[in-house]
Amino acid sequence: MPTDRELALKSLRYRRSVLRWIKHAGAGHTGGSLSCVDILNVLYNRILRVSPATAADPGRDRYIQSKGHSVEALFVVLADRGFFPESDLETLCAYRSPYVGHPTRHVAGVEQNTGALGHGLPIAVGTALAAKLDGADFRAFTLLGDGELAEGSNWEGALAGAHYKLDNLTAVIDCNTLQITGRTRDVMNHEPLAEKWAAFGWAVRTVDGHDLAALTAALERPLEAGKPSCIIARTTKGKGVSFMEDVGKWHHGVPNDAEYAQAIGELDAALAALTGGAA
Amino acid sequence: MSAPAPSMYSPAAKAVAERLGLQMGRANLEAFADTLLELARADRNVLAVTSDSRGSGKLGPFGQALPGQIVEVGIAEQALVGIAAGLGSCGKNVFAVSPACFLTARSLEQIKNDICYSDHPVTLVGISAGVSYGALGTTHHSLHDFAVLRAINNVTVVAPADNFETREAVRAAAASDRPVYLRFGKAPLYTLPAGGSEPFRFGPARQLRDGDDVAFLATGETVVHALLAAAHLEATAGLRCRVLSFPTVKPLDVAAVAAAAKECHAVVTAEEHMVHGGFGEAVASVIAQAGLAVRFRLVGIPDDYTVTGSQADIFRHYGLTMEGLAATALDALKRT
Repeated sequence: MPTDRELALKSLRYRRSVLRWIKHAGAGHTGGSLSCVDILNVLYNRILRVSPATAADPGRDRYIQSKGHSVEALFVVLADRGFFPESDLETLCAYRSPYVGHPTRHVAGVEQNTGALGHGLPIAVGTALAAKLDGADFRAFTLLGDGELAEGSNWEGALAGAHYKLDNLTAVIDCNTLQITGRTRDVMNHEPLAEKWAAFGWAVRTVDGHDLAALTAALERPLEAGKPSCIIARTTKGKGVSFMEDVGKWHHGVPNDAEYAQAIGELDAALAALTGGAA
Repeated sequence: MSAPAPSMYSPAAKAVAERLGLQMGRANLEAFADTLLELARADRNVLAVTSDSRGSGKLGPFGQALPGQIVEVGIAEQALVGIAAGLGSCGKNVFAVSPACFLTARSLEQIKNDICYSDHPVTLVGISAGVSYGALGTTHHSLHDFAVLRAINNVTVVAPADNFETREAVRAAAASDRPVYLRFGKAPLYTLPAGGSEPFRFGPARQLRDGDDVAFLATGETVVHALLAAAHLEATAGLRCRVLSFPTVKPLDVAAVAAAAKECHAVVTAEEHMVHGGFGEAVASVIAQAGLAVRFRLVGIPDDYTVTGSQADIFRHYGLTMEGLAATALDALKRT
């Protein structure tokens, strides 16, 4: 199990890589990838029972990224976990590359093809239900965006998850409060969010989505027997880069050379601060 | 008590069916439900997933016999397909059962992405398809399902014509590790003659009758009407008509289409679907690309406000009965 410090270093390196590959490809969903890096970090390095060696094990945990557009964060974390060499991402979004702009099962470690919003939760419900039917102990996780919650299919999935008492199911909401048009509360308000999920029959916990210890505590076991878990991760879109944080235009903004240099400089400085200059 | 539904077959059509020795079978929906129960008893991984549709899917007995193998999702077709994908991804052999009108429209994006693009072994079962729910109006008609699913990669599209094709198609779908769409109506159907000695598989057309004047190429519940029309034309006009049943709409048996277009004077297609984007247009595309010149008529539901009434009323209105198809064939053969 990596230490908190090791995880913190990973988050910084993941953010650096996310920017590197988005800059290289000239495309990507920058803000949302940066907001969910810490969640993916904790999931893949502390929670999920998955590895390249057990990728076909029927008893493995499943992670389904419903907010598929934040694929760069997923690819970077999967590469770090050894599912494929990170250098593969040199082909991100290139002609005939499997590394397209949303997750596909053509990439090692990806469980489901996503990208259209509102799909991950019902799929995760079916996955968790399969475990229950077989008496298996694996868990299913899905990551939703907060803007995505306007899709009605989420609420169909929320009903079913509670109806079948799927305590092996966890939905994490990357609640960065911004979507492509602006503030989620202005585009289509979903608050009060915790109360909604609780009313749907879920066990709910709200955490700082950049606090690795708090995320670990929220995710390491189901919140309550007999109920699916909803983790509302309060996050900052563009987290880790000062001029991207909480700025809507970075939803799918690609930094120019100067912006990229500044962003990498900030992340390198943070790495240096953590390592005493040995990053 | 409601009045009995009008018969799909005129007295003349019934007489032709009797002459051909056709026996009345059950609804394909019932043959489907029995076959699925049989498969599920033998394999606990076979699941039925329903959207408040176990009654209309004739799955009541399934639910009673195997309560652990039926998953109810409520009236939520998007969740139905997404949950089916999740179950299928974990090794379950899933049959997602819902009225075709909702399944292939409300949850089309889930079909496209969660099942077909993600490539999970899920069988989508569109029940009471076409105009089976004729009198309930356009909301309940599925006249678009061939068109939308033909335009989606990685799904086999199947419309069985009788109880035999249904049983075989359900077994083939259960054995398939790829997505399949099966489409069933709820009216009892005549059992068609055996189409050759080849075992059933997805793809090949089944030749029910040979001839070279007119070729009737039909799919689903219109096939029997094409067969009756062929026999009727032979008796009344001395025409020898070929009849091909295409249980598989996609991938299409291109060789059977091309042979019919080469060897016969006219081709008439029939389907319980809108004329746009369906079976007939698929056949026309094969004929055109093969450079074959043949008289051609496409019979289906036109791009118009669909009349309502029983399935029988609607078939009669749009010429999908023995009489209608025979008249179309004669028209196609006319010198202009």
